[in-house]
Amino acid sequence: MSKFKKKTSASQDIPTAALPDIIFMLLFFFMVTTVLRETDILVEQDIPKAEQLRKIERKSLVSYLYIGKPKKTEAFGGEAKIQANDVFIEPSGVMLWVAKEKDKLAEVERDKITIALKVDSEAKMGIISDVQQQLREANARKLMYNTRQLTDLQKAGL
Amino acid sequence: MARSKSRASSEVNAGSMADIAFLLLIFFLVTTTIASDKGLTITLPPKQDDVDIVDIKIKDRNLFKVAINSADALLVEGERMDDYTQIKDMLVEHILNPNNNPELAESPKDAIVSYKTDRGTSYEIYINVLDQLQGAYYEIYGQKVGLTAEEFRTLDLSNPKDQALYDKGREGIPMAISIAEPSSIGQ
Repeated sequence: MSKFKKKTSASQDIPTAALPDIIFMLLFFFMVTTVLRETDILVEQDIPKAEQLRKIERKSLVSYLYIGKPKKTEAFGGEAKIQANDVFIEPSGVMLWVAKEKDKLAEVERDKITIALKVDSEAKMGIISDVQQQLREANARKLMYNTRQLTDLQKAGL
Repeated sequence: MARSKSRASSEVNAGSMADIAFLLLIFFLVTTTIASDKGLTITLPPKQDDVDIVDIKIKDRNLFKVAINSADALLVEGERMDDYTQIKDMLVEHILNPNNNPELAESPKDAIVSYKTDRGTSYEIYINVLDQLQGAYYEIYGQKVGLTAEEFRTLDLSNPKDQALYDKGREGIPMAISIAEPSSIGQ
């Protein structure tokens, strides 16, 4: 009987010395994967939901355009505007912007550029079609409408 | 006696280290916004000067017409529709035409969707309807190779096996969704 008692009293607590290492590993993972947003979004972004989503194959080929009502309506008015990088541009400026974005890519990949449109739900099709016409002119024909995933639960609630 | 004392405190108490790391971890977890690079993909037609304008006659039965006006009211195949979720099933039937209905597409290859909006149409409904139209095609592609629409969409194209499945599914049925330039009534 005394034999058993001795064994159990050997060590009762779990060594926690390695726990910080594990947590640090997780921490580094998240620190490395976190991408801090480099542009301030100046327009409202209530992205619509859709079901049939596809992923972008290569992220390096993507350029973003943000379209929506400006957040500061007193300064920029209530009409939907196009934001590229940090500034508002007119639809006529899209072609120049595309040319600049294409310049950032390697020469062989310039025609594979994908334009991702992040558009507010309340925007009208007029501005979208203006942009699309310009993109056609600029020969950036791969287009993606960024959307969020519509879940089955939300679908049932429709 | 003195020796044993120094021995006892020789280890740094690392128990709270985990707490500190946890705090940092939670901070990064909360601030991380995983970029959602997902969405509906389309390819725009080439610019007009590049292509010779050829008058191609498309038979009316092959066309599946969807139009939305500036009040977001839907017109599908000449009839008003309130619930856009029905479009998917209608389009699947239109493309495959299992009963050889003379009013639906001659063959899946000939089927064309004409999607027209107005400048005043809201973007949300445009996306919702486009979602339905693309969904119909993915469902057909998936069915052809024995996958669900979702499995077909998420095929990894860098994998040759998946690529083969993808090509097989799309074979002979082009995703012909023609997005017309919007009319400018609602502006």
